[in-house]
Amino acid sequence: MTQPVTQPVGVENLPVRRGLLRPVLRNPLAIGALAVLSVIVLASLLAPLIAPHSPTSLRLDQINAGPGDGYLLGGDGAGRDIFSRLLYAGRNTLLGAAIALSVALALGVLSGLLSGYYGGFLDGIFGWGANLLMALPTMIVLLALFQALGSSIYLSMVAFGVMLSPGFYRLVRGQVMAVKHELYVDAARVSGLSDPRIIGRHILLVVRAPVVIQASVVAGIAIVVQSGLEFLGLGDPATPTWGGMLQDAFTNIYTSPIAIWWPGMTIALTVASLVLLGNAIRDVIQRTTSSSTRLPKPQPVVALPPVLDDRESALLRIRNLSVGYPSGAEVVHGVDLDVRRGEVLGLVGESGSGKTQTAFSVLGLLPPGGTLLGSSSIQFDGAELARLPENERRVLRGRRIGYIPQEPMSNLDPCFRVGQQLVEPLRAVAGLSKRAAIAEALSLLERVGIPEPRRTFAAYPHEISGGMAQRVLIAGAVSGKPDLLIADEPTTALDVTVQADVLELLRDLQTEFGMAMLLVTHNFGVVADICDRVAVMQDGRIVETGDVRPLFADPRHPYTKSLLESTLEDSTPRTRLEVNHA
Amino acid sequence: MIGFVGRRLMACAVLVVMIAVVTFLLAFSATGNVARNLLGENATADQLAAKNAELGLDQPLLAQLGSWAGHALRGDLGISWFTNEPVSQAIANRLPVTLSMVVLAVACTALISVCLGVAAAVRGGWLDRSIQVLSVLGFALPNFWVALVLVVFFSVSLGVLPATGYVRLSESPGGWASALVLPVASLVIGSTASAAQQVRGAVIDVLRQDFVRTLRARGLSPRSVLFRHALRNAASPALTVLSLQFIALLGGAVVIEKVFAIPGLGTLTINAALQGDVPVLMGVVVTLVVLVVIVNLAIDVVSGWVNPKVRVR
Repeated sequence: MTQPVTQPVGVENLPVRRGLLRPVLRNPLAIGALAVLSVIVLASLLAPLIAPHSPTSLRLDQINAGPGDGYLLGGDGAGRDIFSRLLYAGRNTLLGAAIALSVALALGVLSGLLSGYYGGFLDGIFGWGANLLMALPTMIVLLALFQALGSSIYLSMVAFGVMLSPGFYRLVRGQVMAVKHELYVDAARVSGLSDPRIIGRHILLVVRAPVVIQASVVAGIAIVVQSGLEFLGLGDPATPTWGGMLQDAFTNIYTSPIAIWWPGMTIALTVASLVLLGNAIRDVIQRTTSSSTRLPKPQPVVALPPVLDDRESALLRIRNLSVGYPSGAEVVHGVDLDVRRGEVLGLVGESGSGKTQTAFSVLGLLPPGGTLLGSSSIQFDGAELARLPENERRVLRGRRIGYIPQEPMSNLDPCFRVGQQLVEPLRAVAGLSKRAAIAEALSLLERVGIPEPRRTFAAYPHEISGGMAQRVLIAGAVSGKPDLLIADEPTTALDVTVQADVLELLRDLQTEFGMAMLLVTHNFGVVADICDRVAVMQDGRIVETGDVRPLFADPRHPYTKSLLESTLEDSTPRTRLEVNHA
Repeated sequence: MIGFVGRRLMACAVLVVMIAVVTFLLAFSATGNVARNLLGENATADQLAAKNAELGLDQPLLAQLGSWAGHALRGDLGISWFTNEPVSQAIANRLPVTLSMVVLAVACTALISVCLGVAAAVRGGWLDRSIQVLSVLGFALPNFWVALVLVVFFSVSLGVLPATGYVRLSESPGGWASALVLPVASLVIGSTASAAQQVRGAVIDVLRQDFVRTLRARGLSPRSVLFRHALRNAASPALTVLSLQFIALLGGAVVIEKVFAIPGLGTLTINAALQGDVPVLMGVVVTLVVLVVIVNLAIDVVSGWVNPKVRVR
């Protein structure tokens, strides 16, 4: 929940964003690609005006001639001007690509919209058709249909467009499924807008950007495939095309090897510009999204003076911990925290307050890009973790510091049986033999209250329930008999009925092993249940620390008060609260 | 697992039948000029009618389809209209040539793209950036043009590798290998560029998953997390990429065969397409679709074996 805010956004979940054109035009890569494309398209369109020669006029002295002497790029196998033919060929090749793209767009986007919006029977039919088309070896099928379609390459490109449509279909369908139940679409439906208008106004807007990106790729594919067909001789020999020119160059490859370069480079340049333009648009979208999701600049938070325990007995001493990300976001600002041996410390705060980042810092497992800033210090049992090399730090993980994650299902490797995931660390970390590790894993599973340890041991993660999975993860966390257990919202993702059992298990294990525990939670109920002390975190800072009972009885910081009040009202404070900082 | 394979097999059979029927109807609907092409401009109307009757083209389209399907089920794909060679035999002679090219290309693509993709995902930096650039290049350069450039460089200029021809493995393994170097290389350059990019994406996706952090929190080394867990999880998307590359390479091989004058399925198809030899084209399409379906099925089974969660879907 407290992931950094700079996660890249895939093409699949691009949000609605108006005015895409302007930021794209500020991207140098996009400008370059657009410029090259415009030159190629314009030169092709204006071929009759700018071409120095007719594409069909022959000069016998220029057969396979090198550049110069009236022909800018030399002559082809029949003595025609290569440069003029390149220009004229651009019209035919680009037209073919445009045809394939239009057909693919029309079919794919329409079927994707219908499929995603209405689902059901229609979705089944379209999905099946898409799978069918995707299994086709396109080149072979186009060759096989060549006679049926006649010698016009444009009909082949229509057929190719049909074969390309599943790409758009899948993209659009996925996007529509994702936004279909967004509130603003529901609102539009409730307010009586007709389906076509909802699709047109709200949904098309969402799919627009990814479709443009995909279109740039598809146009490139169409150019390459069309050129391939013409290279094989499937085309009208009377019309110049880039593929046809390559065929001519291939026939004369021994006498004039240079001639393969001109059409080849033109194709490569055109296709590369298309792909780069698509990439640039994607980059721009990702950047605008990630910058807009960045948290608003936090108000300065007034923290109460921390109650610190400067005796040497603290197992974990965090001083002045700050965590930053390359985007410039600082998510934790100078946190001081102590966890004594055998005590349970609750770290409380709402989403985005930095408590999970603090926990990951102790483990040394911050998400990519996350770094400790300045004079951050994390002392564990007297050793300074912040400056410990990774391989020495790893020795502590599992053996001396255990970790219980929040989401049980996503924290088990779906490819491995539950038992293997317990056995592997036991062997690697504790150095047990295979047999001993299996016995130990089974007894751990039994200890955490799994009714049939052998069955769960042999099950895959998707075959067990969330509550069972969380018990498995707890078993894994305590398997190295750690001194410190870091539990990140260990009950949040579980059913209410299971939550109490898991908390009780944690408390039992904690007393049994005499572990210290850093419990990250947003829930004061959990804190009251299990914690000795509590630290309240807001906007990356600790605002109040104290023993649980006094703090519950007399919260001094306004933020703690409002958190407590919202808990008493039985609503979990998962959203940002408006607190008067003054 | 058996139920999973059974369901897939059924879907595959339906797919093959659908494609065969659609291709047949399209291809056989345009056979009006075949008799004239075969008999020449001077043939009389009677001769044309007789030829059409001989080829069965005077029958209704659906009757032709029924007769073709009946024979095809027994492995008889008809007889070429132009060479009178049985289609099954023509395909059986040429398929090994094309397959040896494509299988080699897929194997090289898999090996190189997994190494590059994993390295780019883990290391980042310049390697990562060069793979991004290479993937654009690999996409933008048509493989037949790459083949032409290779021919110009290695055969015309340097003269170290043969520009054309094919030698059977049984005749001379050395000759077979040197005849395949350039064709396979021109296929591999493009497919590796795009596959490496996708392997990189798949590995990065897996490394971001929660369970990777949890495994590391248990004290496992990054090496064991990467090679045991991340690679196994990235295997099913990577296998899907490879199966798509296989289909693409089959198509690519057609054009490449033309450049290197390799007597494979591609050359057979191109000649048949230019002549309008519909039985040969039907045979090739059906054979390749069956091949693609078998490969996809095999990939599905391997995916299900590597990642049991896939089986449930």
